[in-house]
Amino acid sequence: MLHVVDSHQASRKEWLGLLARAPLEMLEASARDLAIPFAWLRRPETGLVMVRARAGGSGEKFNLGEMTITRCALRLEGGASGVAYVQGRSHRKAELAALADARLQSGCARTRELVERVRAHLAGEALRMQRKAQATRVEFFTLAREAGE
Amino acid sequence: MSALDLAAIEPGFAEPTLDAQAAFRAALQALSRPGALVHCERAAFALCLALLDHDTRVWLSPGAAQLAPSLRFHTGCPLVERPQDADFLLVASPSELPELHTLAGGSDEAPHRSATLIVEVPHLRDDGGWKLSGPGIRTAARLRVAGLDAAFATQWLANRERFPRGVDLFLCCGSRLCGLPRTTVLET
Repeated sequence: MLHVVDSHQASRKEWLGLLARAPLEMLEASARDLAIPFAWLRRPETGLVMVRARAGGSGEKFNLGEMTITRCALRLEGGASGVAYVQGRSHRKAELAALADARLQSGCARTRELVERVRAHLAGEALRMQRKAQATRVEFFTLAREAGE
Repeated sequence: MSALDLAAIEPGFAEPTLDAQAAFRAALQALSRPGALVHCERAAFALCLALLDHDTRVWLSPGAAQLAPSLRFHTGCPLVERPQDADFLLVASPSELPELHTLAGGSDEAPHRSATLIVEVPHLRDDGGWKLSGPGIRTAARLRVAGLDAAFATQWLANRERFPRGVDLFLCCGSRLCGLPRTTVLET
């Protein structure tokens, strides 16, 4: 329901996605030295969203299932507004992600570094999961029947 | 309404549950004691936050148009172009009040399906002015509203004659709120 229009929409879309998936500890660590007063536009609230999917990338859309999310919106004293939609029930995480979003819009270099750290962390996690899955890979093959006896 | 500019959005309730309950309580109090002034912080906006949701069609008077993003953001209410299609009408000043008889008045079977007006007025006092009587008023109540003139009183009389159909009014002035349900008789 929330559409935000600005000039760097593509990159904002990307950083909102990264912040939503960032572990809480990383957000906490960066928030400690960047305390900025802000006002709530919408306090964190937890609810369900329906996740839709398409089988095989070309099939009909179907409802995969509901997912718990927490969202919030706030405005920094400087004027920039931030929003967050994060998975789970952590109000604190939604708050920190929205704060980071607002700071990124006002061009905060340290928050950009945070986003890069998050990106690297998530890529590392993905790789780790892939390796773990690869280790359990089973190769199925069929022996050719011996030709004519 | 596809794009939403966050810069134009008014903060919502500080405590969503408690503040919405308080605003609802104030609305109830105002309608059950017509003419009595009830305290409610940011009365008009608080009533909107407490009463509107996805199922309530809202019409905004031209002067209230800047509240559209805030109401969409906080309540998700659909906005309508024509006053007669609305369940709730937010009117920024008495001069922008639509003709009452054109608004949804419900039916005899379902009089509750009528429009409710939230009108922001410049002054609202309970010492002199109109004499109010009817259900919820023991003897008589006084109400002085700046901007609502004799023409409004005539419209209100016609509104009362439609009973059980008709519209209900909330008059708001800053953090003061006063209810004018369709049952109230108004003498100038």
